[in-house]
Amino acid sequence: MKKQDAAEQLKQEYRYGFETDIEIDTVPKGLNEETIRMISAKKDEPEWLLEFRLNAYQWWKEQREPTWAHLDYPPVDFQNIRYYAAPKNQPKLDSLDEVDPEVLKTFDRLGIPLGEQKQLAGVAVDAVFDSVSVRTTHQGLLAQYGVIFCSFSEAAKKYPALVKKYLGSVVPVKDNFYAGLNSAVFTDGSFVYIPPGVHCPVDLSTYFRINAKETGQFERTLIIADKGSRVSYIEGCTAPMRDENQLHAAIVELIALDDAEIKYSTVQNWYPGDKDGKGGIYNFVVKRGLCKGVNSKISWTQVEAGAAITWKYPSVLLKGDNSVGEFYSVALTNHKMQADTGTKMIHMGKNTRSTIISKGISCEQSCNSYRGLVRISPGAENARNYSQCDSMLVGDESFANTFPYIEVNNDSSVVEHEATTSRLSADQLFYLQSRGLDMEASISLLVNGFCEDVFRTLPLEFAVEAVRLLEMKLEDSVG
Amino acid sequence: MLKIEQLHARVKDGPEILKGIDLEIHPGEMHAVMGPNGSGKSTLSRVIAGHPDYEVTGGTVTLTGPDGPVDLLELEAHERACAGLFLGFQYPVEVPGVSNRTFLRATFNAVRRANGKPTLDPLDFDMLLNKKIEQLGMDERFIERAVNVDFSGGEKKRNEILQMALLEPQLALLDEIDSGLDVDALKAVADGVNKLRSPDNAVVLITHYQRLLDYITPDHVHIMAAGRFVRSGGSDLALEIEKRGYDWILNTAD
Repeated sequence: MKKQDAAEQLKQEYRYGFETDIEIDTVPKGLNEETIRMISAKKDEPEWLLEFRLNAYQWWKEQREPTWAHLDYPPVDFQNIRYYAAPKNQPKLDSLDEVDPEVLKTFDRLGIPLGEQKQLAGVAVDAVFDSVSVRTTHQGLLAQYGVIFCSFSEAAKKYPALVKKYLGSVVPVKDNFYAGLNSAVFTDGSFVYIPPGVHCPVDLSTYFRINAKETGQFERTLIIADKGSRVSYIEGCTAPMRDENQLHAAIVELIALDDAEIKYSTVQNWYPGDKDGKGGIYNFVVKRGLCKGVNSKISWTQVEAGAAITWKYPSVLLKGDNSVGEFYSVALTNHKMQADTGTKMIHMGKNTRSTIISKGISCEQSCNSYRGLVRISPGAENARNYSQCDSMLVGDESFANTFPYIEVNNDSSVVEHEATTSRLSADQLFYLQSRGLDMEASISLLVNGFCEDVFRTLPLEFAVEAVRLLEMKLEDSVG
Repeated sequence: MLKIEQLHARVKDGPEILKGIDLEIHPGEMHAVMGPNGSGKSTLSRVIAGHPDYEVTGGTVTLTGPDGPVDLLELEAHERACAGLFLGFQYPVEVPGVSNRTFLRATFNAVRRANGKPTLDPLDFDMLLNKKIEQLGMDERFIERAVNVDFSGGEKKRNEILQMALLEPQLALLDEIDSGLDVDALKAVADGVNKLRSPDNAVVLITHYQRLLDYITPDHVHIMAAGRFVRSGGSDLALEIEKRGYDWILNTAD
């Protein structure tokens, strides 16, 4: 009985690993000006956006892949990747009938029903399948509030002024290697604009699904919260199980104007590869928020449980006086996964505050690093930062690292940093089991205890999912 | 209540440590298992509780409760706990980030659920917890702290007794519950154990020294050496050990 349970668990280990068999519209492998023109043409983009892409490409092709992260993987062959793939049966926006039924079925299986009757209450979903957004739900309700929530491609056509003004304003094209790459080839992602004073009535969510083989996903998300507005945004992602590595290089830019608040939550569950480290997604993501206005607030919460390689530092530029930045992270690695993740809090405005809570769990032969920068600029008087980085090791072959960088350039600021490393041991499990808790309940108690500070910042239903996801991965590693 | 017959066990892939243990315990009894270091006392308690590091190579362990006899060796560790067995740890384990209250309620409800009894919500549980704390004369402040983290030796052991008080086991195995305690803490722990005695439950004290037995009077004392019980007797046997050491028994055994 026990053995069977364990086998069942193993099978469930990555239950999103299925593949959808549909006809796809794609571009040839490789990256050159021609590819970029093709992508832009397929998306029927305005000329200025093509210019933006080509500029980025010109810069990027002179750059080299960064090697400073604590990650070990063979060089990525950027000419062996397909930069665009879309279901051939392209939907017209807002018409569900024309979305390929196989795609709808895929999202159903992922627990993200897109049909009118079944769609999730309380959350508006933008579903992105490979390079295109196939459906955005709850459009009617959002329109009543003047909230714009659509695919990036649509926004570029319908709201060019907003997109032009803010695209690349937080993550410049030349920010780093992957930012340059994404700026050249980005396909779809979500665009959000919350008008002044509006508290978005539902959570907004984008679900990213990589399906096509040998294809990278390069989405671009841009969220603008105008003065006094508020929004909670949720991102989820999965991919089929494949032996080859696939590349995911996204950019997310957030802009909060005066008194605005953005809460961005991610549960990342890309396919991590198998036990021997074969296959899996390379996750190279640039996420950055700009607290542009006074009293603005940006809060990142991430639960990173997938991807073979994760390179990701959701950051906040605290420009407005009294602005607040938060970063709450749980990163779990198992098998041979590698994660180098953390945040940057750049304090520029006066009385700016930031909080960093990072929990890393490393199992089996995986490697989990926290890397974070706290910079207090000379003008950021009375800035405050509190950082806490805790690592938990499971088994005796896993690694945990902490790389905190702290730069303080004035006398009136206070920066605190705390770090701990502990080990989830067989003794702990036996102790809890000898008190009547089964393996699952024991692990759940241990992990919940360890991650509690982060989980309580997640939207409720999401927190339940995150806990379940971590428990599933840990049972496999410990049991 | 508990019957152990010819129990043999070893560390997985290691040498045999328990070499044929026989023991019978009746409701209401207090047993003490004594012996020199390395005699297998702690192994005995862990094997009975189902520690995964050990492998039973022979014999039976039967716990007879209100619902009839249960073969403990067939059960997982948590199922043994739910069947009414409690192991008090020599070194209670730290669980960072989990408050003692959360932990105690989780275990309490897990055992209740397994026995088909209704679970308690946080408010009702708090009332029960406060009652137990008062009964044991404990400081209620460490309920808020993480399980055993930064607890003193005495606090850890008293926390074990508190768990025992909440779970109300039929049979408690207390592994060196006296080790590392000063006299005051020892008295407090012993006092807790005495308070929890009833005609329906039984306790096995595993100890190296006689001094615990100054505060808790056992009905039966068993001397263990090299994986076997070499002598059993009444509480006077413990006094004799105190006077003469273990050697005289080891030399006269076999």
